[in-house]
Amino acid sequence: MQVPILKQGGYLIASIQSVLSDADLLQLRDSLGDRVGEFRSRGVIIDVTVLDVIDSFATRMLRAIAHMLKLRGAETVIVGIQPDVAFAMVQLGLTLEGVGTALDLEEGLAYLDTKTKRIPADGN
Amino acid sequence: METEAQTEIHSAADIVTARQRGRTLALQLGFNGAEVTLIAAAISEVARNIVDHAKKGEIVMSSVMSSATSNSGSGRRGIQIIARDEGPGIPDVAQAMQYGYSTRRGLGVGLPGAKWLMDEFDIDSRLGRGTTVTMKKWLPYK
Amino acid sequence: MKKKPEFKIQNITQPTKPTADYSDPLLRELVSHLRQNRTQLREEWARRITDAQLLTAMTKEEIFSEATSVYDNYVEVLETGSVEALQAYARNLSERIIPRGVETHEVVGIVLLLRDVLARSLFKKYQADFDLLNRVLDAYEPAANRIANTVAVSFVQERERVIRQQQEAIRELSTPVLQVRERLLILPIIGVIDAQRARQLTEQLLRGIRGNRAKVVVVDITGVPTIDQIVANHLVKTVEASRLMGASVIITGLSAEIAQILVTIGVDLSKMNAVGDLQGGIEEAERLLGYKVIISQEPLSLKEPKL
Repeated sequence: MQVPILKQGGYLIASIQSVLSDADLLQLRDSLGDRVGEFRSRGVIIDVTVLDVIDSFATRMLRAIAHMLKLRGAETVIVGIQPDVAFAMVQLGLTLEGVGTALDLEEGLAYLDTKTKRIPADGN
Repeated sequence: METEAQTEIHSAADIVTARQRGRTLALQLGFNGAEVTLIAAAISEVARNIVDHAKKGEIVMSSVMSSATSNSGSGRRGIQIIARDEGPGIPDVAQAMQYGYSTRRGLGVGLPGAKWLMDEFDIDSRLGRGTTVTMKKWLPYK
Repeated sequence: MKKKPEFKIQNITQPTKPTADYSDPLLRELVSHLRQNRTQLREEWARRITDAQLLTAMTKEEIFSEATSVYDNYVEVLETGSVEALQAYARNLSERIIPRGVETHEVVGIVLLLRDVLARSLFKKYQADFDLLNRVLDAYEPAANRIANTVAVSFVQERERVIRQQQEAIRELSTPVLQVRERLLILPIIGVIDAQRARQLTEQLLRGIRGNRAKVVVVDITGVPTIDQIVANHLVKTVEASRLMGASVIITGLSAEIAQILVTIGVDLSKMNAVGDLQGGIEEAERLLGYKVIISQEPLSLKEPKL
C-alpha cells in the first residue's frame, strides 16, 4: 500500500496508513527523495503511529531515508513510535541514531521548527 | 480457538502475513500487548532470515506447554514458532548468532535479536539442507 | 530438629506413570483395612501431628477436621489411582493455611507422619506373615510416595503463586510515575531492581510517556542500593526506547558505587544524561523544556516559558 505524502508549508508529511511491506518502504524512500527535490522541503515527518512492529529492515530503511534526505537538505523526524514497539526495537538492539524522533505529529512539527530555525506562524 | 497457524514464506510480503498471524495467535493465548509486539518482532526477523537466505520456507506457530526439561519450569503455556527452510544452511551458526554479524545486507540483528526477544531459541542448520529455528515464549505465571 | 524430607519434588502437572497397579488385590485389601480403621488411624495421626508440634498455627479441632479430609482423599488415591481430587484438596488446603504462616516443612512433615502411621498399622496387622507384609508394603510404598509428592508439590506451588502475587502487588505500589508538570515525568525508583521489575518499570515509563505526552523524564535512582549488568543494560535500553518515542531521559541519584559499576561493566554512558541529584535533574529537565528557572525568595515562584 502506498504511503500518502502531504505538503504542509515547507515540510512534507508521510503518514503511514497501514502495515508496510518491504516494497512499500522502498517506494516511500524513493518518493520522498523525489518530493523533497520537487518542493525544496526543509523537513520531513514520517508518522509511524499505526506500525505494530518496526523490525530490523524497517529500522534500516527509516535510517536510510533520514540520511538520504539530509543529503538533499531536509531534516527528518519519525513520530508516533508506540511504547511496545519502542521496547521491542531496543530489545532487538535497534536504535535510530542520528534520526530525530518525536511523540506525535504536533511534536514533530515543533521539532522541525527548532531544527530548521523556523519561527512559528504566530510570530512568537 | 485456533491453536496453530502455518504460513508459507515466498517473498517479503509474506513476512507481514506471518507476523499478523503470530500476533493473533499470541493474543488468543493470553499474551499482553507488549509481549505480543515482542513476539511479532521475533517472527518478523526469522521470516526475513528465510527470505534473505533461502528464498522460501515456512513458519508454523502453535500453542505449547513447557516440559520438565525446560529451564522455565514445567506446565507453563506459551507460543512456539518454528521457521523452516530448505535453503543453503548456515556455515557457522555460532558466528551467525553473534550480534552485528551479517552475511548480506542486514544489520546483523535478525537471529540474535530474535533470540533476545524470546525465552527459548534453538537453531539447527545443515549445509545444503536447510535451517530450522525453533523459538518459544512463555506466558507469565498467573 | 526436624528432619529434612528426603523425597524429590516432581511436578504433578506432568502425567505421571502409575507406580502401582491399582487393581492389585493387595491394594484393595489395604484400602479396606484403612477404611475399617479410619477413626482410630485418623486420631492417631492427629495426635502425632500435635506431638510433633506441626501446624501450630491451627487448633486441635481444625487439625482433626483437615486430617480427616486428607485421610479420606488419601484412601481414595490408593483405591482409584487418581490424584486429581487430592491435588485439588491440597491446593485448597494450602490456600487456606498459607496466610496463617504454615511452612513447607510442616506440610511435608504431616504427610510423612501419615505415611508412618499407616505403615505401622500395616506392620501390626501383617506381622505374623512376613512375606505377605512385604508384598503389602511393596504395593503401599509407591502409592504413598506419590501421594506425599502430590500434597507437597501442591503446597509449594500454591505458596509460590502467593509469593508471586505479593511481589506483583508490591511492585505496582513501589514505582509511581509522577507528572510534576506538563511534559515532565519523574520516576523515583526505590529498592532493589531485578530483571523482571526493570522490565515492568520500562513498560510503565513508556506508557507514561505516551499517556502524559511527556517530553522529558527524570529517573531518580537515589533509592537503589546496587545494580547488576542486566539491570544496567536495561536502564540503557529504557533510555533508548524513551528516545525513540521522542522523550529525553535524565538519570539522577547515581551513587558513586553504581557509577563505578556502570563504568566497570562498560555501559555506554554517552547515551545517558546524568545529573547529580533530583533537584538538579528537574532543573535540567526544565531547561530542556524551555523553562527558565528563577531563584526566588518566594515559596511559589512562577517559572515562565523562555521565548
